[in-house]
Amino acid sequence: MIKVHNLNKIYKSVHALKDVNLHVKSGELFAYLGPNGAGKSTTIRILTGLTQPNSGSVSLNGFDLKNSSIKSRQQCGLVPQSINLDQELSVYENLTIHGLLFRMGKAERNEKIEELLNYVDLSHRQQSLVKELSGGMKRRLMIARALMHSPSVLFLDEPTVGLDAGMRRKIWALIKKIQQQGTTIFLTTHYIEEAEFLADRVAFLDTGTLLVVDTPSNLMTTLGTWALDRLIDDKMEPIYFNSRDDANHYIATHKESFTLRRVNLEDAFLSMTGKKVK
Amino acid sequence: MIHSLFAVYYREMLIMRRRLTRLVPSWSVSPLLYLIAFGYAMGKHVEIDGHSYMEFLIPGLIAMNSMTQSFAIASEINIARFYWHIFEEIQAAPVSDFSYVAGEVLAGITRAFLSTCVILILGLMFGVTLSCNLLFWLAILLNSFVFASLAVGLAMLVKSHGDQVLLTSFVITPMAFLGGTFFPLENFPEWGQRLVYILPITHAAQAIRSASFGNIPPISSYLVLFFTGCIFFFISVLCVKKAKD
Ligand SMILES: Nc1ncnc2c1ncn2[C@@H]1O[C@H](COP(=O)(O)OP(=O)(O)OP(=O)(O)O)[C@@H](O)[C@H]1O
Ligand SMILES: [Mg+2]
Repeated sequence: MIKVHNLNKIYKSVHALKDVNLHVKSGELFAYLGPNGAGKSTTIRILTGLTQPNSGSVSLNGFDLKNSSIKSRQQCGLVPQSINLDQELSVYENLTIHGLLFRMGKAERNEKIEELLNYVDLSHRQQSLVKELSGGMKRRLMIARALMHSPSVLFLDEPTVGLDAGMRRKIWALIKKIQQQGTTIFLTTHYIEEAEFLADRVAFLDTGTLLVVDTPSNLMTTLGTWALDRLIDDKMEPIYFNSRDDANHYIATHKESFTLRRVNLEDAFLSMTGKKVK
Repeated sequence: MIHSLFAVYYREMLIMRRRLTRLVPSWSVSPLLYLIAFGYAMGKHVEIDGHSYMEFLIPGLIAMNSMTQSFAIASEINIARFYWHIFEEIQAAPVSDFSYVAGEVLAGITRAFLSTCVILILGLMFGVTLSCNLLFWLAILLNSFVFASLAVGLAMLVKSHGDQVLLTSFVITPMAFLGGTFFPLENFPEWGQRLVYILPITHAAQAIRSASFGNIPPISSYLVLFFTGCIFFFISVLCVKKAKD
């Protein structure tokens, strides 16, 4: 589906991506996890043809991005990190323009608009101007817009950033639903729970280097299943255990105070990079 | 290609329609002030080649206005690009650079035509009727083609909206005053005349004025505008690629 080979991107002074290799399978929900400035958005911008890489190749559904960028754009839906809707136009008009840009006929467009607005729960706001919508509504509208032309891959760049927990869960459910309809999803996030909850496979990215690609459970269980946090010099230092009993035994035999919790992706990231995702 | 060209154009038209109640007054204010200050108050006793100064001034204003209004598309593009990031939405769609430029240029031309109509109506209120024949409109079309194409290209090259404002005051404002819009070029020394004939606006003002008096303007003016416009247009298409990174 998406094949990335030895991708490099260099901005004036920043080596934003270093020899990145990826292979995203069809129908998969692939999460790209990394701290600020890791190169997540840069990767998405290259995959969607918005930015040219310095070297390396990308193919989407068998189309080489270099030679057939117009054809491959038809396959992609993009929800960028910053909101890029036409604020002075209505919800309906924003979707219509997108449909026109992707060469959809009028009947097809209107049918899809109705279906998608239902889908993201915005039917009642069809005629509202975008600037009158809340942040969460705008995010959902961006997702609906990206789905207008029925792309086979959907790129979501931090789709829940700045939203409250309730809205975040709503959007997660929506993303799951989109995947179930057969769309391949490439998602970037720096929310651990988001990757854990949604992803079939997770890639860790740190300052332009791809560290590892695996399923969330594989990544976590290499460390253990339970963790004890203890405070050492004002820093939380986790110790990992394979079972709850082992952890409890450790607590019983040591004097310090601990917090017991399950191992999460943050631990996996921390153990690989020595730093936290957030 | 036509599809995506239309999409780009349609978007600009929807935005313009939303703002029309603010745009029409803004299109009328400065021409109205020029007409009152120069045409009515100062130019009462001035006569140029058998025409009242008012009659001389209005075609000049139309030339100037079709230039500034078609060039104004650059601000729209930049606001969409730097503040709203809409440019990315269009770039991620299967829209060729050519269609994008063509759609924006067409929007600029439409804007120029609408603002021309506003000036013609103002002219009527001052009792001036011009001959709005095919050659008159063709000159306006070519003039706005030149400046809308220039606008799209420059909009792609600037790095911020502030640069854009700077460009307008250095490129457009001098042309507005020097290109034979407000006074006959015969008042210039010969070297000065030769210089201003490099500017496309001079040809536009001449053709629009001559056509609106019912004369046949020199075909060379139309050719100059047409070829300048084509050159700007194709440079703009190349500039879109530059804007992507
Ligand atoms: N247009 C640009 N010009 C110069 N440097 C850039 C540009 N875009 C990104 N960078 C740099 O490339 C690196 C990766 O940026 P990128 O936006 O891909 O990070 P990210 O992982 O998406 O981060 P965030 O979580 O903050 O969105 C950063 O060091 C950034 O400063
Ligand atoms: Mg980012």
